[in-house]
Amino acid sequence: MSEVKKRAQLSRDKKAPLGPDLDLADFSRHGGEWAYDPDYQHFAPEERGHLLKAGIELTDEDHAGTFLQADTRVVHCQANRPGVEVLPITQALATHDWVAQHLWQLVQVDADKYTARTELDLDNGYFIRALPQVKVEQPVEACLYLRTDRFAQHVHNLVVVEPGAHLHIITGCTTHPGVRSGLHIGVSEFYVREGGHLTFTMVHNWAEDIHVRPRTGVLVEAGGTFVSNYILLRPVKTLQMYPTVTLAGEGAVASLNSIVIAHPGAQVDIGGRVILKAPHSRAEIVARTITTGGLSISRGHLIGLAPDIKAHLECRGLILAPTGQIIAIPELEGHVAGVDMSHEAAVGRIAAEEIEYLMARGLDEEEAVSTIVRGFLRVKIEGLPPGLEEEIENTIQETGKGL
Amino acid sequence: MLAIEDLWVNIDDKEVLKGIQLTVPLGETHILFGKNGSGKSSLLMTIMGFSRYQVKQGRILYKGEDITHLPTYARARLGLGLSFQRPPTIRGVKTADILMACAHGRISPQALAAAYDFTPFLEREINYGFSGGEIKRSELMQLLAQDPEMVLLDEPESGVDLENLQVVGEIIGRLLQKDRRRQHREKSGLIITHTGFIMDYVNADRGYIMFDGRLLCHGNPRDILQDIKNFGYEECSRCLR
Repeated sequence: MSEVKKRAQLSRDKKAPLGPDLDLADFSRHGGEWAYDPDYQHFAPEERGHLLKAGIELTDEDHAGTFLQADTRVVHCQANRPGVEVLPITQALATHDWVAQHLWQLVQVDADKYTARTELDLDNGYFIRALPQVKVEQPVEACLYLRTDRFAQHVHNLVVVEPGAHLHIITGCTTHPGVRSGLHIGVSEFYVREGGHLTFTMVHNWAEDIHVRPRTGVLVEAGGTFVSNYILLRPVKTLQMYPTVTLAGEGAVASLNSIVIAHPGAQVDIGGRVILKAPHSRAEIVARTITTGGLSISRGHLIGLAPDIKAHLECRGLILAPTGQIIAIPELEGHVAGVDMSHEAAVGRIAAEEIEYLMARGLDEEEAVSTIVRGFLRVKIEGLPPGLEEEIENTIQETGKGL
Repeated sequence: MLAIEDLWVNIDDKEVLKGIQLTVPLGETHILFGKNGSGKSSLLMTIMGFSRYQVKQGRILYKGEDITHLPTYARARLGLGLSFQRPPTIRGVKTADILMACAHGRISPQALAAAYDFTPFLEREINYGFSGGEIKRSELMQLLAQDPEMVLLDEPESGVDLENLQVVGEIIGRLLQKDRRRQHREKSGLIITHTGFIMDYVNADRGYIMFDGRLLCHGNPRDILQDIKNFGYEECSRCLR
């Protein structure tokens, strides 16, 4: 048994330090036997609409590549542009000798039971790579889909942006409209090589009884840029993630943006950590959280280990329901002289004077609240599919109703 | 256009307006003077229907319709528009978004902004980091987009530097159709001012002094301003012209 497997075995029941503990025996490991679907013919209109809410368009047009995994089965996978590789991770391991050496480097296999189970009982995942100097404007679309009720999905993803390459990935993680409960564990390791640029937009569209445990590690080399956009607008039961980005080379940049709505009954614990190890590296974490009745914990952690780094953390929360709760936990650590680090955190409700100000311009109360919420959630995210932008707009309108 | 009858208003348990009686006919602009805390802003906020201002007695009529208990947005839609003295900052909401909402498709915010050198502010968050003069310009641009028939201005010149004063004055002149003869004007105004500067840009027909929640004095606004300069508010309040 390999060393990694041994560590995983020892941690198969290890409780995670954050988030509600889950009994993995409550979930099934029997996913559906879904067939490969080269033309997206196996999706009912209702499913298509649901997938679109997670940013998934089910087309190979206008995408540099596509990957779709339903439960354990990869049902669609192809690269559409030269210089872009898209493969199931199991196939990538067989294709490239070096892939194995990139797994469990940025996320520890024994971090908790979720990482351990992913190693011990893998359901595939995606491998996406942009070759050196390949700059792709169109996004690669990846979808991790829970299509069977109570299923626990374990995936391990690897993204490599080679030197000078540019890549945008839109990942939509969602459930079949008929699925009510389940667990998604997604381990992701991203390597942004020298001068590379990765924009990773992740949209979650779950259901009321779904539990989600992403585990993400990112390494950015000199002159590289990593931009993460995370969007959670729909209900979920529990979600806990704390991606860690290491800026290892001079001038590396990380920008983590998140837009989260915690619905009644949800426990959402989302963080972001950036370790600035190299001089002149820069990081920004911007979190916008709204609760309409759920609990949202918004964490941010910046660690400055080198001089001449600059980092800023901004957590802002809006409580739109009496039972909602937001906890903002910003942390700054400066370990050497010459770091420039700051944070800004604010949690509250919409001020009545803001609503009345807009009402004096002729907006009724609902329109005024929607305008304020839309402004609050305005975080610049490039390249979203129009269908998803419409979905975001609809959600904002709904959020403004009845407040 | 606007008639206020025996209006008594509280904020919480404090009386801030005490029996206000006021009529602003179509096409006229009236000026409100008064020291800080006399109730001038409370009167404008009450006319606009802000929830903090509780009407205990009296009525507000707009074009003959009783609007005393209408919500703020309904008053705005009927044709009342207010330029705030100290508007709130709304993070994330762009100035262009508000101009768009005010305009209801009647006018392009971009064209409006271009006409008054306001384009750089369109993409900025409303009132965030604006200087005093920029806030006033933003307020007036919103009113231009809204195009109200009853224009309420709360100290439109306060905090405005000399360079911007003229622009502010010109916008107010446009809002109140200064270039038209009175019988052809379709807009009316009620303006709070401390300096009287704004009277160079509008046709001010009548002035009042407000003192301790009451309108005590009325007359030619320039004469009133001169009296205030000569004798101060206390003396003016005793005169009971």
